Amino acid sequence: MIRFLFHRLFFQALPTLFVLAALSFLLVRLAPGSPFASERELPPQTLEALNRAYGLDQPVPVQFFRYLSGVVRGDFGPSLRMPGRTVAELILAKLPVSLELGFWSLLYAVFVGLTLGVLAAVKPNGAGDHVAMTLALLGICIPAMVMGPVLALIFGLRLEWLPVMGWHTPADRILPVITLGSTYASYIARLARGGMLEELTRDYIRTARSKGLSEAGILVKHALRGGVQPVVSFLGPAAAGLLTGAFVVEQIFFIPGLGETIVNAALNRDQFVILGCVLLFGSFMVFFNTLVDVALAALNPRIRMTGGKGRHEG
Amino acid sequence: MSLLSVDPLSVVFPLRTGEFTAVDQVRFSLEAGETLGIVGESGSGKSVCVSCLMGLVPSPPARISGKAMFKGVSMLDAPAETLRKIRGKEISMIFQDPMTSLNPYHRIVDQIAEPLRIHEGLSRKQARIRAVDAMEAVGIPEAEKRSRAWPHEFSGGMRQRVMIAMAMITRPALLIADEPTTALDVTVQRQILDLIKTLQREHGTAVLFISHDLAVVADVCEHLAVMRRGVMVEQGRTADILRTPSHPYTRGLLNCHPALHQAGDPLRVMPELLESDSPGAP
Amino acid sequence: MKGRGAAAYSLRRDAWARLIRNRMAVAGLLLLCLTAGACVVGPWISPFTYYEQDLFNTNAPPDGTHWLGTDELGRDLLTRILVGGRISFAVALAATLVSLVIGVTYGGISGYMGGKTDAVMMRIVDVLYALPFTLFVILLITLFERNILLLFVAIGAVEWLTMARIVRGQVMGLRQQEFIEACQVLGYSQARTLFKHVLPNVLGTILIYVTLTIPGVMLLEAFLSFLGLGVQPPMASWGSLIKEGVAQMEDAPGQMLAPSIALSLTLFALNFLGDGLRDALDPRRTEGRR
Repeated sequence: MIRFLFHRLFFQALPTLFVLAALSFLLVRLAPGSPFASERELPPQTLEALNRAYGLDQPVPVQFFRYLSGVVRGDFGPSLRMPGRTVAELILAKLPVSLELGFWSLLYAVFVGLTLGVLAAVKPNGAGDHVAMTLALLGICIPAMVMGPVLALIFGLRLEWLPVMGWHTPADRILPVITLGSTYASYIARLARGGMLEELTRDYIRTARSKGLSEAGILVKHALRGGVQPVVSFLGPAAAGLLTGAFVVEQIFFIPGLGETIVNAALNRDQFVILGCVLLFGSFMVFFNTLVDVALAALNPRIRMTGGKGRHEG
Repeated sequence: MSLLSVDPLSVVFPLRTGEFTAVDQVRFSLEAGETLGIVGESGSGKSVCVSCLMGLVPSPPARISGKAMFKGVSMLDAPAETLRKIRGKEISMIFQDPMTSLNPYHRIVDQIAEPLRIHEGLSRKQARIRAVDAMEAVGIPEAEKRSRAWPHEFSGGMRQRVMIAMAMITRPALLIADEPTTALDVTVQRQILDLIKTLQREHGTAVLFISHDLAVVADVCEHLAVMRRGVMVEQGRTADILRTPSHPYTRGLLNCHPALHQAGDPLRVMPELLESDSPGAP
Repeated sequence: MKGRGAAAYSLRRDAWARLIRNRMAVAGLLLLCLTAGACVVGPWISPFTYYEQDLFNTNAPPDGTHWLGTDELGRDLLTRILVGGRISFAVALAATLVSLVIGVTYGGISGYMGGKTDAVMMRIVDVLYALPFTLFVILLITLFERNILLLFVAIGAVEWLTMARIVRGQVMGLRQQEFIEACQVLGYSQARTLFKHVLPNVLGTILIYVTLTIPGVMLLEAFLSFLGLGVQPPMASWGSLIKEGVAQMEDAPGQMLAPSIALSLTLFALNFLGDGLRDALDPRRTEGRR
């Protein structure tokens, strides 16, 4: 297991992060136009001074390694638009809220999705299956930007049951979490159902039945472990989607998260802020994918032994 | 009273184009400690027939009718809970493909121990000790050490030994072996057959042995039944049937088997087999 | 050659028959044609334009002239939704096309070459998979001027990965088959074999995945436009219209609901169609019939 983790970390996670950093940094530096070119024309001397101040007069590889060594120490450089503020400051101020929203949403998605999916698989084509899969279809076809306003309209403005603004009380969390998590709950429900149904056709389920296990015992002890593997594999992409999907939800429910910072930075062409976010989210994704691989290895002894490559060609 | 009496059993599968009768009015019985082999080509209904007794054929879609008594319990219409207590305790089963019949996510020892945990309420620790003993009994070397292994670390023959250990651990009155050697190498096949014979004799277990291979069945079983297209065409003592087969199909089977057919006669292929497939068999 | 052509033809007709039998899929297909048709034709026959303001008639409720009412600048909402639909469909199609071309070529070559080439190419895909796409698109938008064409390319350029993987898997399976070996025996060039003989056999799978990519891309465009990073006013897309509607939600919820319904209905239609296509063309189901 330790060798597996080591392999996963040094041969997959770190190279991926390096490629990500190099790719996005090069893109930023090689893009046409100076980052300071805004609406008003700057005199050449000022531009030169700015470039020197931000170290942009150096050759690109030098800039990159200087940037990278900063990033390793948690320094994502200065904001190009807000003098005196660093990118790390700007991000850290808002990140906790976005992470919290993402966390609750993921929890909600996994709980609701797994429940629906497993219930649907117990009696395929039964009433429960139809209800669960209809809900899942609704969740997939109604994106957060539609579900959020509709929920806010019904439960906030019309029924006045739940607050639709801010991020202070626990009640403030309910609608945003449902809005953000429902799509992923739907995908999880579909994956769990598919995984369980496939698992239930296996020969060893027949063996378990011939041993005299109850249907519930078969489900929990023999089918669940293989059946949830597609769901676990999906958690990596899901976590990434939740983090970015949060931007929309934050706007709908006036939540002071990272979304606003990123949108403003994008509109102001504050490149280092976006670059910082790309790297940060990239690290989250790599971290999460590593976690998912570890979880899959823990679930499946065959992956553990061969030391990797379990998630491909799904 | 017989240990198991099937009198009669029919299984019908609805198809898009009408129905398919997989098992048609099959009758047989088995005394305690007896061995009965059922032979037939693939699709002849022999597997469906015994799977039914174990409640492994999902119904619906299949329509199962008839009467099958095991130790005074009607296996076709007893409550699910009663049947569950018989499965794995009184009747055990081993299957054709030992590669897929074991759960890849559980350790060998826990899979062998599971029937004890279900039916005898043993603790995990006690059950594991008995499971290791059972592994030794079926001839798995270094049982203690290998009990902690995963199924994918075992060879096909070893896995079938695991399956047998698992099936025999509750000392069932009846063992159903559904083509247990078909997926194995010939040399391994021999060992597994010998193992089944030995255990059968030691514990006095009744065995219901399914195979398409007449020689294999003849080797293990005192009694023999021949199935073809869902119908049991012939049954009796193995020796009698081999000497004087009454049904032409049985004669055909014997004639095309090099080891069993009368020396001196030319070896034949069965003409019926070549010209007519069984209709829509799964 | 003739025989194979006939078989392929009947296989395709078979799949089509199965698709037509699937009521939900047909409903989805019809709905999709209807929506897309309305978006293409609608703005031409509408008496209004998407940018014409009427400040004396803002936030009007639906009536005989403005079928869906007007927005806060007095623009006709229906016309704006239809024009927005054009953008959504155009972005989706163009980006899907870009991802299709890159993904099929890349996956085809990788699967066909096999060996080291394949290993390296797939390793690259693995690494790219771990990138935060949405933010990457935002980064691209930040760097270059926000123009809609760039949006197509940017989205397409990040959406091809899954397509490449799927095509590669299929091609690898096909490569082993006799008729591909026959091509080699006949001395066809590798490119000819790949593009003329291997890839046409993967069409079904590609088609299924395309119907899955389109809604994904549509959502990504809506997401960016909702955040104000996609189309720029006065131009509209469904995402930006929902965003504008949310601002008026308390007084005129219809402005939010109308584009929301348009987006969701289209997603429903695409999903039904995609599921139907998968059932009709699923290689695992057709396998036994060949």
